[in-house]
Amino acid sequence: MESLANWIVLLATVIMLVGAVAVLVLQNYLAAVAATSVVSLGAAVIFVVLRAPDVALTEAAVGAGLSGVIMALCLRRLGLHRIEGTAASAPQAGADTDGDS
Amino acid sequence: MRNYLSLLFLAGLAFLLFVIAGQFEFGMAPMLVGSAINQASPEQVGAANIVTSVVLGYRAIDTLGELAILFAAATAGGLVLGHAGTSARHDPDAGFILRAAADVLFPLLLMVGLFIIVHGHLTPGGGFQGGVILAAAFFLPLLARPGTRFPHGSFAIVEGIAGAAFIVTGLLALLTGGEFLQPLLGQGEMGGLLSAGTLPLLYIAVGLKVGTELAGLMAHIAEYEALDP
Amino acid sequence: MTPPDIGLMLFTAAFGLVGIGALGIVMANHLVRIVLSIVLLETGANLLLMLSGYRAGAVAPIIVDGVVPASMVDPVPQALVLTAIVIGVAVQAFMMTLVLRLYTVYGTLDIRELRTHLERDLAKAAGVPLPGSADAPLDVPATVMRKGGS
Repeated sequence: MESLANWIVLLATVIMLVGAVAVLVLQNYLAAVAATSVVSLGAAVIFVVLRAPDVALTEAAVGAGLSGVIMALCLRRLGLHRIEGTAASAPQAGADTDGDS
Repeated sequence: MRNYLSLLFLAGLAFLLFVIAGQFEFGMAPMLVGSAINQASPEQVGAANIVTSVVLGYRAIDTLGELAILFAAATAGGLVLGHAGTSARHDPDAGFILRAAADVLFPLLLMVGLFIIVHGHLTPGGGFQGGVILAAAFFLPLLARPGTRFPHGSFAIVEGIAGAAFIVTGLLALLTGGEFLQPLLGQGEMGGLLSAGTLPLLYIAVGLKVGTELAGLMAHIAEYEALDP
Repeated sequence: MTPPDIGLMLFTAAFGLVGIGALGIVMANHLVRIVLSIVLLETGANLLLMLSGYRAGAVAPIIVDGVVPASMVDPVPQALVLTAIVIGVAVQAFMMTLVLRLYTVYGTLDIRELRTHLERDLAKAAGVPLPGSADAPLDVPATVMRKGGS
């Protein structure tokens, strides 16, 4: 039983860290928001293992659900919501020139 | 230059974290107040879920401050974005599947949210979790049909009444000779729906406040005029 | 095959999230990514707080059928994290409203461009020449600079 908890925690840890790195490196912002939700889901699993069902419920409802909805809404308003990242993020990514124009 | 200074700050943060990690062993909680609360809570508060008795009993003023922060964030969000004009451009309605699913899911989400709020003192859950589910329920019609007007006025009234009810419950405890926000009305039988005194009432107020505030904030964002068609 | 130590893994996860989030805040140039990094840092901090309340072999702090278990985990960090998560999402939504507003006004979310825009607007509002421009004096007191620049 204790060994099972260890495996679950190992899986959740790996998923969370990979998701966190993905948030920083993914070019597409919708994908980055999805990665944030994945990190929150992993945290909810870890909270269950830590005997905190209240916190796990909150994290799953808020971090993986509501937060993703809010971010997706805002991306829609910002025009960054396209699945193909190049068209939307190209003007933002290549902004090395001075912005005085 | 800025990045180097920030990286130096990060190194300091990492050092601090490792010092904290070295201070205590995993699985050996160093705090004594937790065990004391675990021992005393069944007699003093009578809620089966001890986390609820901490949130609304022992540390209820924290929860009041938390509600104040929520209120400030929601109000500031509305202030920054402003009200949608009457001539504002709307997104087209969503497809048939989302519209039909929103109609079916709205009462279900409402029921699940209220269930979680009302049973907050017995099982995992409570005002915050149920309130978030209520917010999702209130926001779902706006997601399916962006043209509908979100009733900001009535939501603000519900929100104000819920916040006032929380404070009035605390003041009533003060009037009857107890501490601020001390649970009233007796403890009842542990495990019953009507137990733990005023804690379920406080959690209902918290749930309504969280639900209406987050739904209003999301509606403000959704009504903000889309820049990109 | 034995799994690694559970405490080591959990501390790795919490520190990793805090570290990656802080790194993102420092290194990212896009405001949306900075907001996402703050969310990551928040999750890591919550996880770290929860780890401080865990007791080995204890059960969740919920009393079933009126029987008080012998050993329960610490409920105080759970209550703190519970409220912290909800505050976190409200503050995140507020940050996004500010980001939306910035994008409406300046049309960009790159912080390097935003800095030049803000510096120019601040200099215009204060009536002083932009620092580093041809009009800016080198070593003049502020009162003289204001008179000469406008």
